[in-house]
Amino acid sequence: MSPADHTAAAIAPAQVPGSRWRFLRSELRLVFGRRRNLALLAGLAAVPLLLGTVLFIAQDAGLGGQGPGFVGRVTGNGLFLVIAALFMCLPFLLPLTIAIASGDAVAGEAQTGTLRYLLALPVSRTRLLGVKAAAALAFAVTAVLAIAVVALITGALYFGLSDMTLLSGTTVPLADGIARMAGVVGYVALSLTGLVAVGLFFSTLTEVPVGAMAATVILSIVSTVLDSLPQLAAIHPGLLTHHWFDFAEFLRIGVDWGVLGQGLAVQAAWVAIFGSLAWSRFMTADVSS
Amino acid sequence: MTGGSPTSFAVRTAGLTKRFRSGQVAVDGIDLEVPQGAVYGFLGPNGSGKTTTIRMLLGLVRPTSGRAWLLEQSMPGAGGAVLPRVGVLVEGPAFHPYLSGSANLRRLDSSDATADPRTSRARIGEALERVGLTAAAGKSYRQYSLGMKQRLGLAAALLQPRELLVLDEPTNGLDPQGTREVRHLIRELSDAGTTVLVSSHLLSEIEQVCSHIGIMGRGRLLMQGERGALADDGATRVSVTTTPGDVATAAAVLNALGLAEVAADGVTLHALLGAAAPGTVSAALVHAGVDLIGFEVRRPSLEQLFVQLTGEGFDVAR
Repeated sequence: MSPADHTAAAIAPAQVPGSRWRFLRSELRLVFGRRRNLALLAGLAAVPLLLGTVLFIAQDAGLGGQGPGFVGRVTGNGLFLVIAALFMCLPFLLPLTIAIASGDAVAGEAQTGTLRYLLALPVSRTRLLGVKAAAALAFAVTAVLAIAVVALITGALYFGLSDMTLLSGTTVPLADGIARMAGVVGYVALSLTGLVAVGLFFSTLTEVPVGAMAATVILSIVSTVLDSLPQLAAIHPGLLTHHWFDFAEFLRIGVDWGVLGQGLAVQAAWVAIFGSLAWSRFMTADVSS
Repeated sequence: MTGGSPTSFAVRTAGLTKRFRSGQVAVDGIDLEVPQGAVYGFLGPNGSGKTTTIRMLLGLVRPTSGRAWLLEQSMPGAGGAVLPRVGVLVEGPAFHPYLSGSANLRRLDSSDATADPRTSRARIGEALERVGLTAAAGKSYRQYSLGMKQRLGLAAALLQPRELLVLDEPTNGLDPQGTREVRHLIRELSDAGTTVLVSSHLLSEIEQVCSHIGIMGRGRLLMQGERGALADDGATRVSVTTTPGDVATAAAVLNALGLAEVAADGVTLHALLGAAAPGTVSAALVHAGVDLIGFEVRRPSLEQLFVQLTGEGFDVAR
């Protein structure tokens, strides 16, 4: 059958250079142009705004300096609103947002039926999964940034930004403080990559996006619950959520990069495992939606 | 396939089978042959396995056994090279509901690695024009009527020049006017050299444009071939009307010619024509001195054939 194959291969349309980026841009437009996703981002951005406003109004009520997770420090230095807001969003709101974006990635296309048309274009399954993963990651990073940027602005307007007093009581200059906040944002964003991979995997299992989203949220909740049981201390270091709050390292005078590296290594492992599971599942899946 | 074969097939399958995990056999060893340049009507009741076959052709579903070739190349392996030359509409149109018609086409075009971004706008405009959706291009897909959705699906299949179009139930949801337009479109594309594989559960909607017909039922390909040849097949009947005195002679002549199921009904004899030519039969009757009052040849319509093969009524195939 070789002669026919050769002719056919010769006239097969060539790939246009840069088509990969064009597809990614299209995917990003799809994700960031969707009203539901914008509403999610707006909801997350509202957290520091509300928190800042509440603290601003209540700062003379005699409760100053109280509250969980750095909340007490915000009125003294608006920079701390970044940390306080991330601290409040990290246990539930951020995982929920990530689960919605990543769980929807493949299952959403399957549900609307657009998946079969993408694959018949054809888009290679590997490329499709890669672009979906990239867009979900971009959304996760944007979500963290939305919280941080709004927190920084709100904090600056309500309380002003000043030199930062670290956990040890040492004070570092404002520029150093902002750099440390950038470190926190980066660490939190990278901490969510494992969850993105998990969501993507669940997304390849079903044609019902809500199912994939719920499964992803549940996994993060279960991880938190297991992390709180001292009897399971042996498995704690490997849990998806165990290292999430290690971002507080950035508030020490000497940041322990070993602790942060360990947290990121765990995320990398989750990404590797669930990324390959998602890939192997998607490569062989029958698309009958 | 070798380069020297007289007919090349745009679509070919050999023993293509799909057994679902539930154990249900959706497609049962079919050997589809769609010659290059044909308009192949892929017919069968709902649930007869047409869509699953099409999904296997496109590499969406893996066959349990058997093979499939598109444009002479083996699927799903050669999908990357072949599918850009194939336009598809599978199991109804599917688009993002919150995007407009043209934004949905842009999305598809941007995802296509072989699509030239410089001509994207022009090609999208042309495709919309071709299916008569230009006026509704900016409306969100959610607001489209069923017919408009179907048209957008066709526009998506026509974004690029194609050598083969696989259209699964393209007339679904269209009014008679829309159905006519689809037929017209298929004819136009076929005249331009595109091979078309078009499926439908309604024979009458596509019969007129087809050069070839394949009929599916319960996962099997019951029959396929050129449309004219199929209608001529075996079941053609002949009726001979004569005078009461000649009935016996006429029956003897028909029997002597090897016609089957010869039966008298008053002065009219009915028989299955079989391989005999109508001219031979009438000449032999006249030669035997039969007073020929009426001579009628009745070919079964494709509709009758279809109903005969696939059954009638509301029973779902499985």
